Amino acid sequence: MVNLKYFLLGLKSVKGIDSPALALGASFIAIGALLKNLNFSLEQSILSTLFTYALPGSLVMAESLLVGASILNIFLAVWLVNARLYPMTVSLFPLLIDKSQPKWKYYISCHFIAVSSWLIMKNKYQTIERKNRIDFWIGIGTATWLIAIFSTIIGYFSSDLLTPNMMVGLMIVNPIYFLCMMIGAIKTKGIAISVILGSFLGPIFYYFSPEWCILFGGVTAGTIAFLLGENK
Amino acid sequence: MSNIIVLAIIATSIATYLSRFLGAISSEKIKEDSKIFKWFNCLAYSTLAALISRILIFPEGALANSDYLVRFTVIIISVLIFFISKKNLVYPTVFSAIILSFLNSYF
Repeated sequence: MVNLKYFLLGLKSVKGIDSPALALGASFIAIGALLKNLNFSLEQSILSTLFTYALPGSLVMAESLLVGASILNIFLAVWLVNARLYPMTVSLFPLLIDKSQPKWKYYISCHFIAVSSWLIMKNKYQTIERKNRIDFWIGIGTATWLIAIFSTIIGYFSSDLLTPNMMVGLMIVNPIYFLCMMIGAIKTKGIAISVILGSFLGPIFYYFSPEWCILFGGVTAGTIAFLLGENK
Repeated sequence: MSNIIVLAIIATSIATYLSRFLGAISSEKIKEDSKIFKWFNCLAYSTLAALISRILIFPEGALANSDYLVRFTVIIISVLIFFISKKNLVYPTVFSAIILSFLNSYF
């Protein structure tokens, strides 16, 4: 099944100074509290993080429910905000694929694709032999996923203790964490252009379409960056 | 309400897993040294950057209850802390929450 040695190695990789545990935890505490305030039951809150495990998507769902959006609208809004998971998967999984590994591992563990786990794996894949990478990845994913679920539970129970100002503080943690991780990941000209241009085009495209701005802005910026920086 | 919550969770889960699953399927045919792989690598960073700046500049939910200038100040301080702490991720994230909670109660 899964090679325990590499699974545990992956599981342990969330410790350390570049650890996503704290930021991930703080963000999902906010989600737990938010869902409680939206009258989610504890089970529903846990299932939501368990099956979504993508913070911006959960936020969009919560905001949409608040304004009484239809299920179809929620589906579209979440798909648009989480569509970045597609290029994230395509730019990670080819590094993990090995002929000796069964396909189901890839189809199930793609659920673990999220910014934290993705960046950890991107930084560490070269230190692991190809055939063991998927088991290492399942370890990283399991650890970050469990942190998210556990923090949702903490947030759910501490919602009464969190003042509006504390909620605002918890909400900035995730974008700041993503921002710093991304700045730290800039190693090539192509990635630098992607990050800088994406940061500008996302908000600029917001004026044309608040829903489609991430996808349109991102694809435009990434394509320009590829043509200028990586297309050799 | 409970029914719509369950449906919303299912819709959100499917909408999210869809992109991941299609990504896993596409990956089977993509070589890591190919141009398409490099293009998707740029797309991953650019869509993420677009998402983050959209969240910070046009926030929704609780974050919208903070002033634009206050958020901007917190972003600058956090990035500075990130560089001063030799790219440690714990300090800037912890500080961002504390500074914003603090500033938000005054502005």
